Order: sequence, then C-alpha cells, then structure tokens
Amino acid sequence: MSTMTVSYEDATARYEPVIGLETHVELGTRTKMFCGCPTEFGAEPNTHVCPVCLGLPGSLPVANRAAIEATIRIGLALNCTIASWCRFARKNYFYPDMPKNFQISQYDEPLCVDGWLDVLIDGQTVRVGIERVHLEEDTGKTLHLGGATGRIHGATESLVDYNRAGIPLVEIVTKPVPGTGARAPQVARAYVTELREVVRSLGVSDVRMEQGSMRCDVNTSLNRPGEPWGTRTETKNVNSLRSVERAVRSEILRQAALLDEGGRIVQETRHFHEDTGDTRPGRSKETATDYRYFPEPDLVPLAPDPAWVATLRAALPESPRARRDRLQAAWGLSDHDMQSVLNAGALALIETTVAAGTTPEAARKWWLGELSRVANETAADLGTLATPSQVAELQKLIDDGKLTDKLARTVLEGVVSGEGSPAEVMAARGLEVVSDTGALGAAVDEAIAANPDVAAKVRDGKVAAAGVIVGAVMKATRGQADAKTVRELVLARLTG
Amino acid sequence: MAAISREEVAHLARLSRLAVTDKELDTFAGQLDVILQAVARVGEVAAADIPPTSHSVPLTNVLRDDVVIPCLSPQDVLAGAPDPQDGRFRVPRILEEEA
Amino acid sequence: MSELIHKPAAELAALIAAGEVSSVEVTRAHLDRIAAVDQRVHAFLHVDAEGALAAAADVDARRADGAALGPLAGVPVAVKDVLTTKGVPTTCGSKILEGWRPPYDSTIVTRLRAAGLVILGKTNMDEFAMGSSTEYSAFGPTFNPWDLTRIPGGSGGGSAASLVAYEAPLAIGSDTGGSIRQPGAVTGTVGAKPTYGGTSRYGLVAFSSSLDTPGPCARTVLDAALLHAVIAGHDPADSTSIPAPVPPVVAAARQGATGDLSGVRIGVVREFGGEGAEPGVLAAVREGIEALVKLGAEPVEVSCPHFTYALPAYYLIAPSECSSNLARFDGVRYGLRVGDDGTRSLEEVMSLTREAGFGPEVKRRIMIGTYALSAGYYDAYYGQAQKVRTLITRDFTAAFEQVDVLVAPTTPFVAFPIGSRTSDPYQMYLADLFTIPSNLYGGPAVSVPCGLSEGLPVGLQIMAPTMADDRMYRVAAALETVVPAPVPPGL
Repeated sequence: MSTMTVSYEDATARYEPVIGLETHVELGTRTKMFCGCPTEFGAEPNTHVCPVCLGLPGSLPVANRAAIEATIRIGLALNCTIASWCRFARKNYFYPDMPKNFQISQYDEPLCVDGWLDVLIDGQTVRVGIERVHLEEDTGKTLHLGGATGRIHGATESLVDYNRAGIPLVEIVTKPVPGTGARAPQVARAYVTELREVVRSLGVSDVRMEQGSMRCDVNTSLNRPGEPWGTRTETKNVNSLRSVERAVRSEILRQAALLDEGGRIVQETRHFHEDTGDTRPGRSKETATDYRYFPEPDLVPLAPDPAWVATLRAALPESPRARRDRLQAAWGLSDHDMQSVLNAGALALIETTVAAGTTPEAARKWWLGELSRVANETAADLGTLATPSQVAELQKLIDDGKLTDKLARTVLEGVVSGEGSPAEVMAARGLEVVSDTGALGAAVDEAIAANPDVAAKVRDGKVAAAGVIVGAVMKATRGQADAKTVRELVLARLTG
Repeated sequence: MAAISREEVAHLARLSRLAVTDKELDTFAGQLDVILQAVARVGEVAAADIPPTSHSVPLTNVLRDDVVIPCLSPQDVLAGAPDPQDGRFRVPRILEEEA
Repeated sequence: MSELIHKPAAELAALIAAGEVSSVEVTRAHLDRIAAVDQRVHAFLHVDAEGALAAAADVDARRADGAALGPLAGVPVAVKDVLTTKGVPTTCGSKILEGWRPPYDSTIVTRLRAAGLVILGKTNMDEFAMGSSTEYSAFGPTFNPWDLTRIPGGSGGGSAASLVAYEAPLAIGSDTGGSIRQPGAVTGTVGAKPTYGGTSRYGLVAFSSSLDTPGPCARTVLDAALLHAVIAGHDPADSTSIPAPVPPVVAAARQGATGDLSGVRIGVVREFGGEGAEPGVLAAVREGIEALVKLGAEPVEVSCPHFTYALPAYYLIAPSECSSNLARFDGVRYGLRVGDDGTRSLEEVMSLTREAGFGPEVKRRIMIGTYALSAGYYDAYYGQAQKVRTLITRDFTAAFEQVDVLVAPTTPFVAFPIGSRTSDPYQMYLADLFTIPSNLYGGPAVSVPCGLSEGLPVGLQIMAPTMADDRMYRVAAALETVVPAPVPPGL
C-alpha cells in the first residue's frame, strides 16, 4: 500500500487513464429468464421460486422471449450488430447464491456485438465503443449473519434467498476507452448516465441503481504517455452515478501513487466503499478463475432472423439524444438552459406538461422554479411532487384569469401536499379570483351604501375618492377580487 | 508418460469440491491416467476444419412467452432443505475469497 | 403365482379394458411378485404399493364410469429412479439424494399417470446413471434373474431386471450411452432409446444433457412401442424437445409383426463386426441378421469409420456435462449435508458432503469432466470430442443414404459376473462400445433379443435415422417373430 499521495492534476498529467465499464441491467420482464416465476421486487424470501430457478434436479430452462427481445433492442439502441447465431454457455463456479453452481450466461458468442454510445462532456462528444451486450441469469441474495453490518467479513453463517435467482440480467461491456485524460471519471459517469437513459427509453428496465436493477463495474488502468496500456483493476460495488465518478478518480489516484513509487499494479477485483470513497482489494487470486465455460446443452442456439431484428429495430423509440436535441430546438432553449432542465431531471415532466397545452416557458418556470425548490428542500423526487397534468391545469387557471400568479403558488402548495387537483385546492381553500360580476355587484352596492359620504363625493366628480369604496370591496372579498374590475363597477354605479 | 499427476488430480478434486482422502487420490490418479490416455485417442482424428456439435437437435429459438406460472409453495421449497431458517437456506460461513 | 405377471402389457391392457380383470388385481399380482422375489433381484429402490393400488383403483373406477381409457390404462410400470416423482423418493441411486422427495413430477411420469399407467415404484440404477452394470448404485447392485451372480447391465439394470423377473410388465429407463439398450441385451428384453428430443427430459435428473434420453423397456417389441407412444411427444418445458408428431411406432411394430421385411435395407456396420466383441455374441448377431434377410430384408455392408472414436468422444462429452450438472448437489438446498459442525466453512462442508455423497465412479467422471473443460485442455479434449461427434453424425447421415436401418451387436459381451470389472473403470466403459454412436448422433436405437450365448441373452441393436423411430420397431418386431425372446429360468 502506498503511503504517498498525489494530486489528481499531477496524476493525470503524468499518466493516461484507460477506462472500461461493465454494466448489469436487470430486465423488467414479468417473469424470470428461464422459468415462469414473477420478478417483482420485495417478496417474502423464497416465495418466487420453482424447480427451475431453484435448480432442482431434473428441471430445465426455457428462455423468455421478452428477455431476448429486450436484449436485442438494447443492442440495437447501442448501434450493435445482432448475432445471426449464438448460444448460451454455462459459467461454472461454486457459490451458494447460484442454485445450480453454474450460471447460464453467454461466453464467446454474445447476442449483440460491436456498437457505440456517444456521450456529451462539456459540449464535446466522446464516443464509447460497446464490445458486447449479452444475456445471463441473476443470482440469489445472501444475508450474512454474525458479522458487522451484514458484511461477509466476519460472518459466521449466511442465509440464502433465491427470489432474485434467474431474473434476466443484461451485461453491457464497453471497449476500453483511452484518451479521456483527466476527464476519465466524468466520461465514466456520463456514459453510465446516458446508458441509463437509453435503457429507460426502451422501457425494458427501471434501471434503479439504488435498488440494484442497474449495477456497474469499472475497469481502470494507467499508462505513461506513449507506453502500452497498464494493468487494469476491476472495481465492483459501484452503485450510484456519483460513485462511478468517484471510483475512477480514486483508482487513478491510488494507481498513480503506486506507480510513482515504482510499484506494480496487480490485476485484481476491488470494491468501492461509498463511505470513504476509496477502493479496497476484494478477492485476490493469483491466477484468473477458470470458469470452464461450455455451450449450455439444455438450451438450443438463438438465431434471430433478420426480419425479427428488423421488426424490433423499426419499433425502437427515438434515442434520448435525438429527443433532447428535438425538444431543445422546439423549446428554444440555450445549451445552458437545457442543461438546467436535464440536471433537474425535468425533461419528461416538461415535455408532458407542454403536451397538455402549457407553453414551454410556463412549464419550465413551474418545474424548475417552485417545484424544484420544494424537491431540493425535501430531498424528494421531482416527479413525485406533482403531475404534468396538474401543472398544466394550474397554468390554465392563471391563463383563464381564475388565479393570479401569487394565488397559484398557494394552490400549488396544496397540490404538493396532496390536497387534490389545482381546481379542487382552489375551491377548497376559496382562492378563486372573484370575477362573478353579480356577486361583486352586491359587494359594491354594500360598500356604497356603507359609505354614503364618499359616494357623494364621487358622484360630484371626485373620482379619486372611489379608492375608499374599492378598498372596502377588496376587504370584503378577502383580496380575491380583481381590483381593476371593482373600480370599474364602482365608477359605473356612481358616475354612469 | 502419465497423462495426469497426483497433484493435478488433487487440484481437480478441489475444483470439484470433493474432499478426497489420500488413499483415494492414489487410486484415482492411476485410474484417471488410464482413462485420459484412452480418451485422448480423439486427438487422432483430423478434425481441424470440422465444426463442433453441441446439440444433436437442429432447433433454434425455442422461446416461451413472458407469462407467470405459479411458484412452488414455501413448504415445498424448504421441505428438502438440510437447514432451513426463517424461510431461507442456511449455510455455514462463506470464505471471503469465494465471494 | 398369478399368471397375470407373465402376460405382455398389451394383453393386460386388453383384459382390463374388457373388464375381465381389474387393474387392482393386475397391480396386486405384480406387488406380490415384487414382495416374493425382489430381495434376491433388488430391482427396486422404492416400492410405492399404496400409490400404485390407489392409481389402479382410480383406473378401475373410471372404467366402471365408462370413461375412455388409453391403450395401456391400468397396466403397471416401473420407473427408473432418475425421473422425479412428486412426493415419492427419487435418489438416482445416490446417497447424496437419499430421502429427497421431489415437489414435482417429471413430464414422463405426468404422461404415464395421465395415460392411466400404474407406477409400482422406482428402480435401481448406477449412481446418476453412470455405469454399465448397476454395481455403482449406492444402495447395492441389482442381480440378473438369468443368473443372480451376474450383472443385469446398466445403468438401468433395475428396470430391465424388473421385467425379466416378472415384477413389472413395463419399465421406463434413460439412455445416455446405452443405459436402456445394454441392460435390455443382457437380460433378454427389449430396450429402446428414442430419438433425442423425442421424449422429454423435464424431470429426468441430468447426467449428460446433450445425450440423456428417456425411453421404454418391455418384454415385447409391441409393448415397448405402446409405451413409447405414451411417453413421447413435444414438451414445451424441454427446450430440446422436438416439436413434431411422434413417429408411428405402434403401427410399425404391428407391421413388423407380419414378418415381412421386403424392401427394407439393413446396413451392417463393418467397424462393429468383430473387434472387441465375444465370439458367441457375434455369432448370435450374425444369425439374427440372417433371420432378417430371410424375412426379405436386403443386407448392405456399410462403413462408419468414425464409430471407433465414439467411445473416447463420449467419455469426454458425458463427464464434461456431468461435472457441471452435478455441481448443484452441494448440501445447500436439498439432499445430504455432511460436516456442518459450526466450525467448518461452507467450502469445507460442500466438499465433505460431495465426498460422502458421491461414489467413486461419479467422482471419477466429475474430475475427468472438470479436466476436459479446463482452459488449457478444452480444445484438445472437450472441443475435439465435439468435432468427432460431428464426424460420427456424418457417418450416420451417409449410411442412411444407403440403408434404412443399421444393425450391430448391442453389447460386446453377455452379462458378466458381479465384481469382475469394477476394479478397472475403463473395462466397464467398453460395455458401451456399440451403443454410444446413436447417442452422439441423436437417432433412435433399440436392442431386441437375438438368442443366447453361453446360456445368456444377446441383443441385436437396430439403429434408425433421427425421428424415424418407427423403422427400428418394424425391424425389431419382425425379428421377434422368428427369434422369440428367450425365457429366463424361474426364480
């Protein structure tokens, strides 16, 4: 372990990082990869299992068409070539979370190969090559007892739940990404962010890193300029976008310090620690594990025919990037304003609000203004505060003159606290602008009757005196009347 | 020359999670050597440009629809378990290098 | 002793259908016979008398109600202990599964039940179907009723012995390298390996997934065909199951029983004509072939040059797949657990469990397979074996351009004495010499009795093209008309 520390600027001035990412995405199919058990999250342990996903003797897998199609769609969205023929393979190793002590995966014949994904860093496009996209089955979950905070370290026994075993898992592996220099951590984060957008746009996974439906391993190596790539380490347990960036940065610093001392980088698996932000060695194996891959005899080959692939390709949604470009142009936003929208996670919310009839300016004002403020204050997800249709309804009430801007903010408060739709909140709290001339007329008449002296003055031509009567009406209507209308009504009665 | 050494057999036993005894190792080493020498005869066949056969049935794309099928009952799941605990399968401590 | 036990299944089914005898009577007769002789034969690992009688009573009730019954309804059947039976012990002849009661039925068992067959119990076998003598059963060997000091073949020795001991009229086996046919040959019964993918593997505890094939065992060719028709057919739970109609095996058996084979070309495999086989076996097979010719068949000598490499290829492919298939037996989810004393790690407990739970032949094959799949050896062993498999398939394809079926001995030798080959594992492997090519190719093959050698049964093997299972039944049934199955000595 190096005791020296280097600054990040020094490290990336002396060494060139090469990064690579392996991302696992749990598909949101209704059933598991090879059996009909449901995939829902959060069931009682071992209640979503059957002979197949429990690996009972004699059971056999049958592949889920929806999972194959989702994988092909991911491959197509990442500009990959879809294999015309490929097989599943068994990856053999003993671990109790694997019911068969082998994992059905793909080895040298992945379903999708050789694609790319462009990511934007500070206005510049970086193209990340995609090596492969393949399909495999997830493992069960192990609960470690007797050690500290559920870690395997120090545990005296473990309990296994196979509900997750067999859920379809897509692995997306990038090609090595050289040449990003000091921006390597940013590129890694931007790639995972964009990949998440792509997968989400396909509707094949909820890609929630915090729930583990999207997981990331980050490979990092350093080399001196002009020299061959260095030995890479694989950092696992990187479970948020922020962690992706921190893990690469931390690994660059660690490796640079070690290399500065003349040390050697060991090819190893490391674990990222969220609390400290550093990586620590996991299993260290002198030799790479031999998984003894061989073609899965229980499953026949996949041979997606071109017509099938063409159908899937034709049904692909607009890419997140194309959509962003289109919306930015349609809304007339600067790059900076667009970035604010994206940072707030408000793109889809604004888009839907606009589709409900609101102007882009107004939609953006509500989502990035009042609602983002509440979201930040309460650490809530923006989309959980209000719906686009509620925001559109609120704006329509303003446009129709039923709410003033100020009243609208109060109404929105009510909407956010779950009191109902804007119209309901407005009615329940009695916040509507009083524009009913009948009701107003009565209030005006009362005010004139209550102030005979002032009324006389106005009748005599002292129009300015009308302010007293207007004020009385406004007071009587608790500010919900439009002052201009009230004034017109008063003058009409006294001078008309 | 032997096709396989006693040490290699010991390694295979470890990989296969078989706690074989020393006496067994001696027996197996000899037997595996005979078997491996015999099966190595496949190498006599000139097959460089022959494609391998992994499946004898000429099927592809055997897929099922994404439809939920009833799971096993919790009793059935754990009925055969050597050590069930709280609806889960208990196992002794897992060595970290296995993780 | 009830005469019912000597009747073929077809006849029993007809008697039951006609109401001349009840399924319960037939079942009871066989259960009585098991009680009388199985201590000496040890064909069964588990007898489910209660379940059998209940199933028989159910068939009788349905018959009384006038329900339409299948062609084998009410007939008892013995099931090799490699197929899962819901709630009924399934051990695969292994200590590691002792006491395991599966929560589900295999597809084959589901079909047997649906067709009204009565499952008598589970038959003995070499552990996980690895062996050719049933001596590798963890629960002791099965004894050949022809000579109780000899092996009944394997791995399905229990199923074959149950037939020839008249404990069951029908049995189910599984054939990975000859485990139905070889016991059939050495017990003088009919054992058929259907086309791979023609019978479902769902619930068949896997030994070598790309080779394992469940199939029928019987004392007559027609009985085997009837049972074949019950269990065969597409199963969506098995990805390798062939989605095509079952070949017309029963019609073919009836056609063959007319004794006319004119127009049928039978290929005699040159490579299996001499080397490695006992002279008495070769002589009986030669006579069998001559009998077929007398029935009108046209003999053609064909060469299948790669058949001699089938044995080594098989003993790489099967162990490789088995090393992976048997990894799941680790004492975590079901079955045996050994050594969990609170101090040992999971890895140690797993290793002790597998050490105690598996017998030596299973361990040998797991280690051979682990070796053959290892990175440094894969190409030379497993990969090369897969290529040889392609060449063997090509040999078959070329041969079937000239002939309708191929014939060869089923086994190189008659039933050998118990204990005579266990010390040299490779000598045991040689028992599969002639049966393995069909497994590697995937096509169907049947062993049918063809006389005796040294007073012990010899089997003639008839191999057919993929999904042409009917052809082998026709030829087998024709042979049966002139070479009837030998009658075993009484027990």
